[in-house]
Amino acid sequence: MSALAVLLPRQPAAVGSEWGAARMPSALRSRKTIAALAILGAVWTAAAWAAAPVDRPSVLALAVKWAPLIFGGFLFNLLVSVAAMALGTAAGVLLGLAQISLLRPVQAASWAVTQFFRNAPWLVLLFFAMFLLPFEWRIGGVTVPFPAWLKAMLGLALPVLANVSEIVRGGVLSIPLGQWESAESLAFSRRQILWRIILPQAVKRMIPPWMNLYAILTMATTLISVVGIQDAMTLTRGALVAEARTDLYLPLYFMLLLMFFAYCYPIARYTQVLERRFAVRG
Amino acid sequence: MNPGHVLGAPIVVLNRVEKRFGDNPVLRDVSFSVARGECVCVIGPSGSGKSTLLRAINALVPISAGSIAVDGIEVNDPKLDKLALRRRVGIVFQQYNLFPHKTALDNVMMAPIHVLKENPAEVEARARALIAKVRLTGKEAAYPGELSGGQQQRVAIARALAMNPKVMLFDEVTAALDPETKKEVLVTVRELAAEGMTCLLVTHEMGFAREVADHVYFTEDGVIVEHGPPAEFFGSPKQARTRAFLDQVL
Repeated sequence: MSALAVLLPRQPAAVGSEWGAARMPSALRSRKTIAALAILGAVWTAAAWAAAPVDRPSVLALAVKWAPLIFGGFLFNLLVSVAAMALGTAAGVLLGLAQISLLRPVQAASWAVTQFFRNAPWLVLLFFAMFLLPFEWRIGGVTVPFPAWLKAMLGLALPVLANVSEIVRGGVLSIPLGQWESAESLAFSRRQILWRIILPQAVKRMIPPWMNLYAILTMATTLISVVGIQDAMTLTRGALVAEARTDLYLPLYFMLLLMFFAYCYPIARYTQVLERRFAVRG
Repeated sequence: MNPGHVLGAPIVVLNRVEKRFGDNPVLRDVSFSVARGECVCVIGPSGSGKSTLLRAINALVPISAGSIAVDGIEVNDPKLDKLALRRRVGIVFQQYNLFPHKTALDNVMMAPIHVLKENPAEVEARARALIAKVRLTGKEAAYPGELSGGQQQRVAIARALAMNPKVMLFDEVTAALDPETKKEVLVTVRELAAEGMTCLLVTHEMGFAREVADHVYFTEDGVIVEHGPPAEFFGSPKQARTRAFLDQVL
């Protein structure tokens, strides 16, 4: 706890003035960010170590002891994120294409579905999926269990599909009308125009927001701990309950934060790189 | 004037064409025809409905009343065979509108291969010849982003020609170009006209209209104010409005 008081004033100052906003080569900047985090973590651990009573295992030893379990949980979060993203993307692409359909009812229905799921809190959608879907399916005479983690994955896929739908629609609409017009004048059919001319150009513009959405989804997978699934968050809480040590709270949650950071930060950086690259050619 | 070729029967015929966007009339009672092999220039102030006129001929914009026929095809027929019409009519736009994700050669080859389902090898030979014709040999593999405006516009011309059209429409094709690159494009259009291609140009290039056109139309507010052979039209315009416009631009 005392370590936190020492460190808090340091961090914003460092990020704000010296390292963060200044225009630096991106590799250098990201190295500095990671260095800052490493220092933060090291000082924290050392402080916690020093503060630990001699007759009890140190905070560091406990963190090392629980790390594999929590990391396993973290891998499960990643699995959920990849599955929800894949499902949400597949459904979202179809929904997004339906949004630009010339058939009024198709367009209106897909628009409504998109807006509904896009403007709903993710946690509420997750509960919605957990309680709406049955815990098992009866197909013929066979009972197929429908595990909670699968339901949670579907629940997270809902906001993803709505956001992907908007990314697809926006990407298609971002292509100048002249492209449609010239393709039409060359007698291409609407389907050919979409698949051969518009989408190949639009996909490039869709990738950065799609990756951004994935990073947000990955962080949001910790929500599934609320509905009782054994993810990294649940396991961390379990470890803390098992140890019953208040000085372990911050280090353990910080370790979990670091895992997510190590995974999501490179995605965010690469998204920016892509955005810049596509912006030049635009 | 093009004394080199003889004009044939009308291939594009507009009869009392009206176009309104809401309550706003863009074309009012426009009638004229273009003969096979003729080069017609339409001039006039911006916003006088010239671009809409070209788009209507290619069925990119539906008309409100009247009729348009291209090579015997009724453009405003609800059962219009768009493919048949668009095979006959090529259009080149002010902003080139090349497909940026395809090379110059692919831009030219795409429609014949995917729309006309022609043999790719034959299409490629024709496309290479067309690129040579617009003086871009060596640029086949270049992407539109790597070409200058004038080069892109010439690729766009080759792309339209690849469909073997009978009529070529040019919508202010030099308006976005600087004077030097303008010339390259105009030379290409002049060659086409000289070869006997039926050309309908909306243009601000008075020098080009005077030199190349067989007939010049002056439109304002969606109405044809005056028309005639270029010598007459530029030499002794009858309407006060035409004279005022020509005084301004010449």
